Amino acid sequence: MELYKEKKQLIKLRFTVTLIVIALFLIGIVSAFSDETNYTTHEEIYATVKKDSVKSVNAFKKVYAVLQSPRCMNCHPSGDIPLQGDDNRLHAMFPKRGTDGKGILAMKCTNCHQTENTAGLKTPPGNPEWHLPSATMKMVFQGRSAHELAKQLVDPKQNGNKDLKALIAHADDGLVKWGWNPGEGRTLPPISHAKFKEAWITWLTTGAYAPKQQGLDGSNLKNER
Amino acid sequence: MNSIRINKKKYTVDVDSEMPLLWFLRDHVGLTGTKYGCGVAQCGACVVHLDGEAVRSCVTKMKRAIGKEVITIEGLSEHGDHPLQLAWKDVDVPQCGYCHAGQIMSAAVLLRERPDPTDQDIDDAMTGNICRCGTYSRIRKAIHHAAELQKQKG
Repeated sequence: MELYKEKKQLIKLRFTVTLIVIALFLIGIVSAFSDETNYTTHEEIYATVKKDSVKSVNAFKKVYAVLQSPRCMNCHPSGDIPLQGDDNRLHAMFPKRGTDGKGILAMKCTNCHQTENTAGLKTPPGNPEWHLPSATMKMVFQGRSAHELAKQLVDPKQNGNKDLKALIAHADDGLVKWGWNPGEGRTLPPISHAKFKEAWITWLTTGAYAPKQQGLDGSNLKNER
Repeated sequence: MNSIRINKKKYTVDVDSEMPLLWFLRDHVGLTGTKYGCGVAQCGACVVHLDGEAVRSCVTKMKRAIGKEVITIEGLSEHGDHPLQLAWKDVDVPQCGYCHAGQIMSAAVLLRERPDPTDQDIDDAMTGNICRCGTYSRIRKAIHHAAELQKQKG
């Protein structure tokens, strides 16, 4: 009789522990993306983040192809001099980034770059926000593997403290969109802005998984978040 | 009516807002010290100050300049005695002279920001101003000299 009582208590205890674990798991998921209620402002975004590493990594492949295109990478150099051209050569005149990303001394970006593209071939492109990332938040694209860039993009310490909502909104940033209106003679990113935005949001809302890092021997390592 | 201040004088602007500032300065105001070089912001011959920044007037449209303060080489000093102008004469910098209005206007921004510039500061600030006569070493020397003159002037 006593053995039966003990067994019943044990089952009760197991049930309670299971319930607590499930509750904690759910709380964890909700709190990780607690700002999702604000997504209503982005009509095209479905609030639910559904982790799906395969979908996420596939979406990032498209994102990565865009970010590595000259229109994006030329202003995300590994050094402090912007790049230019489809061959990502150093910008003529070697202008420097400066602390705020807007150039230095007599070589400020907007000394040549206007609020719009200057007409004609080989003329300065332009946008009201023309600048490089600041010296304290360089957001380098050049030389980054897909794995490295994916991890960097969602790291608040490296992305200007952007949360999921801010990252999603960044797809519509004026300077980002300039990439698809770069002026005469400049190639466009490999997919349209709409397709890029779709891939960007898909990547973020399926868990922002980083593609496999290639090992030194060329082997694929595990997908990571 | 739109207006612009050039060398501390107010001008009415009744031209196409797409006109480059360089055209307005040279053809409408008659200030021909600023030169046309490449026309695509690659050489620096047309540098003037727009609200204190060394902009290239060949690609700066009037719609950006309206309501702002422009200083050209003619207005850099009242009597042609800005430390840079004096240093340029002392060192005898120009050869053909065509690019030097732009060189001096860029150097003026440098000296304002870095009163005692290093060689690296000079390289960084002047890298966008091309001189086909190759007077770069004299330009560097004159900027250092101008820094000294500016210090003496207080």
